[in-house]
Amino acid sequence: MSDPRSAGGLRAALAGRLPLVALPVLLLLLAALPFYLDEFWLRVGFAIFAAVIGAIGLTILVGITGQLSLGHAFFLAVGAISYCWLASEPSKLGSRHLDGLGLPPLVAMVLAVLISGIAGLVFSPVAGRLRGIYLGIASLGLVFVGQHVLNSATPLTGGYNGRRTPDFELFGLKFNDGGTAVLGIPFNRFERLWYLGLVLVALAAWFAYGLLRSRPGRALRAVRDGEIAAAVTGVDVTGYRARAFLVSSMYAGLAGVLYALSIGSVAPESFTVEVSIQYLAIILLGGLGSVGGAMAGAAFVIALPMLLEQYSENLPFLSEPGSGGVTYSEAAKYAYGAAVVLFVLFQPRGLAGIAYSLVARRRGAALRRQRDGRPPGGDSGADGASVTTTVSASTPASAASPG
Amino acid sequence: MTTFVSLLVNGISQGAVYALIALGFVIIFKASEVLNFAHGSMLLLGAYVIARLVPSVGFAAAVAIGVASTALLAVLLERLLFSRVGRNKGLGGHGQVAALTIMTLGLDIVIVTDMARRIGSGVLSLDQPWGSGAFSFGDVAITYNRLIAIATAAVLILAFLAAFRFSGWGVALRASAEDAETAALMGIRRWQVSALAWLLAGALAAVAAVFLTGSPTPGLEPSIRTVAFAAFPAAILGGLDSTTGALVGGLIVGVVEAMAAGYSSHLDFLGGGFGAAVPYIVMLVILLARPAGLFGTRELARV
Repeated sequence: MSDPRSAGGLRAALAGRLPLVALPVLLLLLAALPFYLDEFWLRVGFAIFAAVIGAIGLTILVGITGQLSLGHAFFLAVGAISYCWLASEPSKLGSRHLDGLGLPPLVAMVLAVLISGIAGLVFSPVAGRLRGIYLGIASLGLVFVGQHVLNSATPLTGGYNGRRTPDFELFGLKFNDGGTAVLGIPFNRFERLWYLGLVLVALAAWFAYGLLRSRPGRALRAVRDGEIAAAVTGVDVTGYRARAFLVSSMYAGLAGVLYALSIGSVAPESFTVEVSIQYLAIILLGGLGSVGGAMAGAAFVIALPMLLEQYSENLPFLSEPGSGGVTYSEAAKYAYGAAVVLFVLFQPRGLAGIAYSLVARRRGAALRRQRDGRPPGGDSGADGASVTTTVSASTPASAASPG
Repeated sequence: MTTFVSLLVNGISQGAVYALIALGFVIIFKASEVLNFAHGSMLLLGAYVIARLVPSVGFAAAVAIGVASTALLAVLLERLLFSRVGRNKGLGGHGQVAALTIMTLGLDIVIVTDMARRIGSGVLSLDQPWGSGAFSFGDVAITYNRLIAIATAAVLILAFLAAFRFSGWGVALRASAEDAETAALMGIRRWQVSALAWLLAGALAAVAAVFLTGSPTPGLEPSIRTVAFAAFPAAILGGLDSTTGALVGGLIVGVVEAMAAGYSSHLDFLGGGFGAAVPYIVMLVILLARPAGLFGTRELARV
């Protein structure tokens, strides 16, 4: 505080490098959480991790490339079911025979992501040629046709009954409920899954940021902002659209694997159009094209029904399923449906848009203080208190600046 | 042969209903460039209003009120929500389209959740006065409901196409779909054109609901919305900006669906319940050959 200039400069520098500081702190915090949370919260967290990965994939396609897709549920289904098929041993469910390859779960997870990518590639003649809205409805077809195909392939998928998800296992460490304890905290299935999810989310986000800041990312944005202009500058429009679809379907596949692990069993029936709509809601609430926004949106949309279910007894406006009142799942649907409408109306850039304008305002205020060579008056910036004490020194412009 | 003719006639009648829904979808798209995924839920709402009112006011009045309230809801949505989004800054063209479409999905979630909650697990009857009887012509049988559906749809669609071609509103709609700015400079009030488009689309959806819930369907269930979903491939395969396309697309989807269901015993190798997936397969095949649909405007760009 002795030198006002350096204090102001520090603030500006901090505001500029906020992500660099915040990221390790956030990761450490998330890594420490399993030691403090009980199983319910870990379950919620893992479901959010799964949705975050799927949402990042969708926002690359919808937000960055400008292609609308309602087919995300199908690729989730392909990922989830491939994992179950690859990782489990052949078994019998009642009179039905279920195929399985019995591969190590990690291999199965990687292969499941690749299979989802192949499913995306198969669709690429359509995905590359169709634009925006047309692709939206064509990919709707993918959900219906895919559900039919998956329901018919009973030995793979278990048909309408579905099949159980084999436990995850990493280099001999099983992710089921074992009696291990770390620092006196029982370290069971969901504690371990939490770390798996955290690592995968970090990798998925890292890859997405890298992609968006590199040449392909710029090409995708160019395709979104002006197809003809992009083509003129040498961007292979069809190719990049198809590749965006491929990447997005691989993300969805990984999200599907995590979904299968978090639920414990999968059936083709679970992957309806509603799931696709849910993912679109996530990326819209977060802000189209924003990776961080996709994370925030996923946390809201996925956690809301789980929290309402957990605390439905304490919430007076909720009632038991079947009693005719509003149940927790209906309340959650009302809430995120209405949130989508309100965000499009009033904040179309989503949570990311709000965050950007907050950061920009802080940064602007910090820079202004630095320029004026004025000590940042207390913690709250140039508010009324500091204006009254330094009234003689402050110019009208700086007094009017927002805090 | 009789099976074939019977399936054909039934397919055409179902297709006529799809065409009614798809037509509403297309005019909304032409007027305000919104892909209205909430169309199925508007249909559900119309059917629900009718089903609730039938016992007290009779069928004709209930249908009139149901159609009017659905049309009103559509206009309100357009005025209060969709027309306002255009004024927002901060989204590019594509972001705008995506955001609008996702907004219709959000609306759809809210309305469908509410309808499903109100309807519950039971089946509501709209109590159509023509009942569940069937008309037989030789060996070919078709329910009265479907017969009346064909007649009503034919009348409405012809009236609509005539209005689209000759009325002042039709010309204004086509002009502003072609070039919104020039149309506005010529004195066309865009908001009137698009409000009327939404009004008509809502009304058509409610009329379609009357026939979709009639025999041989048991009545109004929340799953009717999924049936109405088949109108999306119909609209797309015909071409999203073509009214003729909606008509042809509706008929194609209806007939193909009826055939797939009717000959399902021969199609067993494709798995059970193939009929529900078939409209989408037809759509995907057509889109591969013609990315803008059968009658849609192909946007050409030389690079």
